[in-house]
Amino acid sequence: MTRAEGQKMKIAVLALQGAFLEHEQMLCRLGADTFEIRKAEDWEKPKDGLIIPGGESTTQAKLLRELGLMEPVREAIIGGLPVWGTCAGLILLADHVVNGVPSGSLGTMSIDVCRNAYGRQSGSFFTTGTIEGIGDGIPMTFIRAPYISRVRGNARILAECGGHIVAAIQDHQFVTSFHPELNDDPRVHAYFLRLARRH
Amino acid sequence: MNKERQTLNRNLAQMLKGGVIMDVTTPEQARIAEDAGACAVMALERIPADIRAAGGVSRMSDPKLIKQIQNAVSIPVMAKCRIGHFAEAQILQALDIDYIDESEVLSPADDLYHIDKNEFDVPFVCGAKNLGEALRRISEGATMIRTKGEPGTGDVIQAVRHMRLIQKEIRMLVAMREDELYDSAKQLQVPYELVCYVHENGKLPVVNFAAGGIATPADASLMMQLGAEGVFVGSGIFKSGNPVKRATAIVKAVTNYNDPDMLAALSEDLGEAMVGINEQEITLLMAERGK
Repeated sequence: MTRAEGQKMKIAVLALQGAFLEHEQMLCRLGADTFEIRKAEDWEKPKDGLIIPGGESTTQAKLLRELGLMEPVREAIIGGLPVWGTCAGLILLADHVVNGVPSGSLGTMSIDVCRNAYGRQSGSFFTTGTIEGIGDGIPMTFIRAPYISRVRGNARILAECGGHIVAAIQDHQFVTSFHPELNDDPRVHAYFLRLARRH
Repeated sequence: MNKERQTLNRNLAQMLKGGVIMDVTTPEQARIAEDAGACAVMALERIPADIRAAGGVSRMSDPKLIKQIQNAVSIPVMAKCRIGHFAEAQILQALDIDYIDESEVLSPADDLYHIDKNEFDVPFVCGAKNLGEALRRISEGATMIRTKGEPGTGDVIQAVRHMRLIQKEIRMLVAMREDELYDSAKQLQVPYELVCYVHENGKLPVVNFAAGGIATPADASLMMQLGAEGVFVGSGIFKSGNPVKRATAIVKAVTNYNDPDMLAALSEDLGEAMVGINEQEITLLMAERGK
């Protein structure tokens, strides 16, 4: 599925629930094509990468199962489809959630995740930080966010914030516990497009 | 609420988009709602249909109940306070609630002034039946808007009316010349800056959900097609014959609101819908509270 330089990338955005439109707008700014995944038929289309957006992970997991998307999406990721999960997407990709469910989610990445790790909405915050391979001063919006308590195997830490892991990569799988789609800085989306082009 | 907190609160509403927020009155109902795929729950002592039936003054819920519901689920928990009752809002903020609904479903505490929501750190959602109300609530600090609809009726007509009107008024502002916007601000009785925002962006500066009278997957689809970014379902779920099945169906209907084949399949055999009351049959119009 590798694309030659200059060819338009085609990114699938999981649009079951949450802030998927914001991702699409950012990718559009960067010249990539996007399409939404709302049901099993949508998954048939060719794609260079997948974004799992922020929202509620329990809702998205339920809909993935109910709409028959869980298995095809998991198989594609295991088969090498580049994927980026933000916030709820990170939780769905984690193979271990420290505090409770979601049961039966994608679980393709070797990371331990703590859900609602900063508490309720009063604990939501904004900061800027550094992500390895992307740069400094990157806006980071955390909304009832999770963090990664441990990376295992091939998974590697890309960013930390206040002593907690907030971005990681494992081969073609990339996760952030914050929301680059909510700010104006396109560098993280550009990074994912490069990742998707490589794999 | 400083600018950064306001943005974070608007951001949480963005995360709720494409989702269903369900009214619940017990921790058990909250768990059912979460399992069915609700993106948040509204903790209430009585659902709107029962508030309507019981009559009398309706107030903020018992903090004990709210805490039990907070402990029962991992999704965001919202709660209602009376219009203008900033002390109830202070209490809900102290409970670390995720969103306050300053709601016309409860008896209003103030017939003139809404809560100055800019004074709070906790986010607020408010009802609106036209663009003027929506923008006034936003200027007071609301970070999410919903249609008022007519709560507790199971009759969608008012939510449709309010959503259509808001969208129509937005389109009218978009079509205007810039020198006409000053007069629009005067007509709508809202700040000029918010009128300019709508003119330039063709949408509200915050997320806009549908609420009030939504009882079926088809109702949810209708509201999404009319421009809602998600739906609140109040009495419609736990007043129906099979709450689990209906709740799940409405969650799926919001995601696939544009797919009639899927809507047909998931509307099948849902058991009895809430009986409901037609708008002509009710004497108390909650939507007329707080303008």
